[in-house]
Amino acid sequence: MTVSLTLENVSAHYGSTQVLKDLTLAVAAGELVSLLGASGCGKTTTLRLVAGFLQPSSGTIRLGDRDLTRLPAHQRDIGLVFQNYALFPHLSVRDNVSFGLKQRGADAAERKKRADRMLERVGLSSFADRMPAALSGGQKQRVALARALVIEPPLLMFDEPLSNLDAKLRVDMRVEIRRLQRANGTTSLYVTHDQEEAFSISDRVAIMNAGRIMQLDTPEVLYQRPANSFVARFVGFENLIDMTVVERLGETVTARTKDGALLQLSQERLGAIPDRFILAARPDGLAVARDGNGIPVTLGIRTYLGRAYQYQCAAEGQSYLGNGSLSEPLDTGDRAVLSPVPEQCCILPADV
Amino acid sequence: MIMQTKLHPALIAIASLIFLILIAPLFIILGAAVSDTPFLTFPPQGFTLKWFSNIFQIEAFRTTAITSLQIAFLGTFLALLIGIPAAYALNRFKIRLPSWLSNVFVLPILVPEIVLGFSLMKNITIGLQLPVYTTLLLGHTLLALPYAVRVVGASLASFDFSIEEAAISLGCPPLKTFLTVVLPNISAGVVAAFILAFITSINDVSISLFLTGPGVSTLPIQILAHMEQFFDPTIASVSVLLMLLTVGVMAIVEATLGLTFLTK
Repeated sequence: MTVSLTLENVSAHYGSTQVLKDLTLAVAAGELVSLLGASGCGKTTTLRLVAGFLQPSSGTIRLGDRDLTRLPAHQRDIGLVFQNYALFPHLSVRDNVSFGLKQRGADAAERKKRADRMLERVGLSSFADRMPAALSGGQKQRVALARALVIEPPLLMFDEPLSNLDAKLRVDMRVEIRRLQRANGTTSLYVTHDQEEAFSISDRVAIMNAGRIMQLDTPEVLYQRPANSFVARFVGFENLIDMTVVERLGETVTARTKDGALLQLSQERLGAIPDRFILAARPDGLAVARDGNGIPVTLGIRTYLGRAYQYQCAAEGQSYLGNGSLSEPLDTGDRAVLSPVPEQCCILPADV
Repeated sequence: MIMQTKLHPALIAIASLIFLILIAPLFIILGAAVSDTPFLTFPPQGFTLKWFSNIFQIEAFRTTAITSLQIAFLGTFLALLIGIPAAYALNRFKIRLPSWLSNVFVLPILVPEIVLGFSLMKNITIGLQLPVYTTLLLGHTLLALPYAVRVVGASLASFDFSIEEAAISLGCPPLKTFLTVVLPNISAGVVAAFILAFITSINDVSISLFLTGPGVSTLPIQILAHMEQFFDPTIASVSVLLMLLTVGVMAIVEATLGLTFLTK
């Protein structure tokens, strides 16, 4: 049975500080949604509200047709995987996994059967009688995963589950998590501060900042079409250029930067351009050339990226990062122009 | 690389002297207890075990020993009953509780025991007219409480509360979680707190001095009373037994948890 998770206008406070502001979020049945953001953005608070460890000051939380908002945490039936594994140190691996079954009144034979089958699925059959202290980090997290999955919860939640593992293991484990989540079709909420992890594992990602969701979309859309300057900066659009339209000629728009440089942009290739906007570009979206149409700059430090050279560029009171071709290396102090590559650029609404 | 440094002779001398000062009284008591003289003396003259058998012929030693054990067990038990939940709350809700609150629970060992004993006598025994036994138990519970809160608290400080949340998320109600998940993981702290409080209670004089009364007394108070009437080696032999009890308990701690546990 797969069900959806919905949060409607949920607000939360720590004392007088508001940490979640009218958060609305819907996770479809069987979907894995990540909450991504820096620490303090409210992603862990959201997870703890759904788990029932915190109470919202307003709003409702629903799982399928069940209203969770005022339900005690132990009646919510949610599988949780923690950053520090949170295995029971005094119980064997098998007893850890069957703990949830015991709470549900399963008899000893049933518990053993289901725990052993789940341990087999995570590849830890031969470790069933060990104590958690005798396991490595990756093994511990697999036990934690088995413990959460064995109760067949309608919702799985992950709180930075891979942060304590080394880089190689992180990649293996996230594939493992995705495989088990897909196989069971369990609706999942995944909290992380790691963009690569969130993008690689999720159906959709919610990028959060200061208690709000800034954008909730598929990783592809977030990466290519951020909706605002916060998300753009988050996914690596390092150049955010404030611009004002000065002239429109058919689909060709002439716009001016703050320091007076003029750029000609095509609405056919960039989409509709409002009168005031932000031109967002990653370094490979700003081509550095000796001359041509574009923003005149003075080149700073040049770094070699393998596929291109990257330049720090300075114009009047503004600095940019642009890439230049390998065939024509330029030197620090040279005059050059930056021209946007339309396919690599985004038009964003101006910040208020 | 292991550095072999020679210890300075003065260091060895001072350390040996301190060790001697710490251990000598124990040997003096042991010597005095076996002296074949009708008065306390050291070095012992002759050898006899009759002072040990004399203890068991004096009714008062037997009854007070039983009272002492009862009070120590019950008082420590009550202190843990209050102290474990208090320590849990202090650690679990650290952010929300005022910082001075944890210090309230150590007041009984900060306030001079003689003051505590006197005020308990004045207000509880005389003021509320409670039975002597009840007041004595109350006093010893207070004496044991700081150990319960502090030692169990030290155990809880290193307890990862997300383990508790894991249990709750798996469907275990909060109280059951505390009993089946939290408690087994702080059991070493609970045992250590029990032993420390028990030893403190069974050796206490200052509080008991005020709170004992007609018909109810503890062993250390009986030793004092006996000494005032007969200055014979019986009290030395009682002390030896009391000492052996303490050493025995400590030996159990050392064997099971390691003594370093108590100093953590």
